[in-house]
Amino acid sequence: MAPRVRGATDPAERELLSAGDVARTIARMAHQIIEKTSLGGEPTRPVVLLGIPSRGAPLARRLAGLIAEFSDVRVPVGALDTTLYRDDLRRRPNRPLESTTLPEGGIDDCLVVLVDDVLFSGRTIRAALDALRDAGRPASVQLAVLVDRGHRELPIRADYVGKNVPTSRTEEVHVCLDELDGRDGVYLRREDHQ
Amino acid sequence: MKHLLSTDGLDPAQATAVLDTADTLKRTLLGREVRKLPTLRGRTVVTMFYENSTRTRVSFEVAGKWMSADVINVSAGGSSVGKGESLRDTALTLSAAGADLVIVRHPASGAAHRLAGWLEGTGTGVVNAGDGMHEHPTQALLDAATLRERLGTIAGRRIAIVGDVLHSRVARSNVHLLTALGAEVVLVAPPTLLPTGVENWPVSVSHDLDPELPALDAVMMLRVQAERMHGGFFPSAREYSIAYGLSERRFKQLPEHAVVLHPGPMLRGMEIAAAVADSPRAAITEQVRNGVHVRMAVLYHLLAGEEEAA
Repeated sequence: MAPRVRGATDPAERELLSAGDVARTIARMAHQIIEKTSLGGEPTRPVVLLGIPSRGAPLARRLAGLIAEFSDVRVPVGALDTTLYRDDLRRRPNRPLESTTLPEGGIDDCLVVLVDDVLFSGRTIRAALDALRDAGRPASVQLAVLVDRGHRELPIRADYVGKNVPTSRTEEVHVCLDELDGRDGVYLRREDHQ
Repeated sequence: MKHLLSTDGLDPAQATAVLDTADTLKRTLLGREVRKLPTLRGRTVVTMFYENSTRTRVSFEVAGKWMSADVINVSAGGSSVGKGESLRDTALTLSAAGADLVIVRHPASGAAHRLAGWLEGTGTGVVNAGDGMHEHPTQALLDAATLRERLGTIAGRRIAIVGDVLHSRVARSNVHLLTALGAEVVLVAPPTLLPTGVENWPVSVSHDLDPELPALDAVMMLRVQAERMHGGFFPSAREYSIAYGLSERRFKQLPEHAVVLHPGPMLRGMEIAAAVADSPRAAITEQVRNGVHVRMAVLYHLLAGEEEAA
């Protein structure tokens, strides 16, 4: 996939997180995951990070890298595509599938942390929970998102939030990650302002 | 994409998208206990087979069921076709009864195209599962998927299609798809089993199998379609087998990496030696396995997206 160039000089776009902010935010989330799942201390349940493509997957890999750095624990990482489980397939043009890769040991009886870039309506997470049910039976599931922009349509909340951003529905939150976009950053863009 | 009627004119990007989807589906379902996806819940798929088939009908049915579509099988024998209903009326009946997609196999070339014309404006899509001597697009897609899996790429590969090209819809669909994807295709057959106008196809033609073998990346053996032959196309089965069968001796002339394909059903000892068919370099069972994933991908591309404005 060609990297999408986002928000270079657009006046309708506002930077929410700079590259440095993104790095610090992800590091803080890694610390929170270590603390809340007691990875550093007594081993409880094996923890697995599953990123939701496209941008959740590299986020999950980064979190795993930082967790290994901060706590010396290597957590397995995978990717979980939710496309086949979406409830809006017939409302949008056909979308290409992204790949799902589960860690070798599977996810049965693990603490799965789902990782995504933006939490909005919650429908992607609902689809992810359905996809997870077909992939195995985790002991419990948590959710980590870089940005929570509100406007939930389902009773879903995140366990780890990088940044809460109040938005209006006409705005769009763009997350850029070096792995896919060539640089890091989070931007807010007004949709009517092209 | 609303219908899949032929690979002739199929956009290579679209074909590649279907192959990629098939590949992702295969990897997603690998090692899963429950091979069921909710993607096509509430969609109704009807298979309508006016000709015998094992693998195509079964793999379409499995594909539909694994995607949670409701799959209904209509065979010509057990339906009102036996009472004399026309193809058109049967299709309109199925559409009126709520079919989102009709998968049709018919002995007449062009039947699927006619069907798609009759169903215009009803919202029901059509997949050609083999029409006479014309096309069998999902077979070509699953062959391409198998070749891509075994060889890594299709572009630049040299692939021979050997045998009864004249009666073969599989050969026709493969010629269009494989050349569109950048492969070099050579047809090897006796002059009596080549269609007229073959010189206008984007392929080379040979009547002699042996000299072709060392340069091939894949060889696709076709079944001799006795049911469509009325007249002397070759002197005897034995002579055909000697001239165009993939014997063990010929198999040894192929490069180490070359893949052997057969769309099935095979006539062992006729167009392919039993030992060759069972060799690990033959991908014949894999073709069937890939057939399910490719057909799931076709259903996904035809049924999962937003309905295009007609």
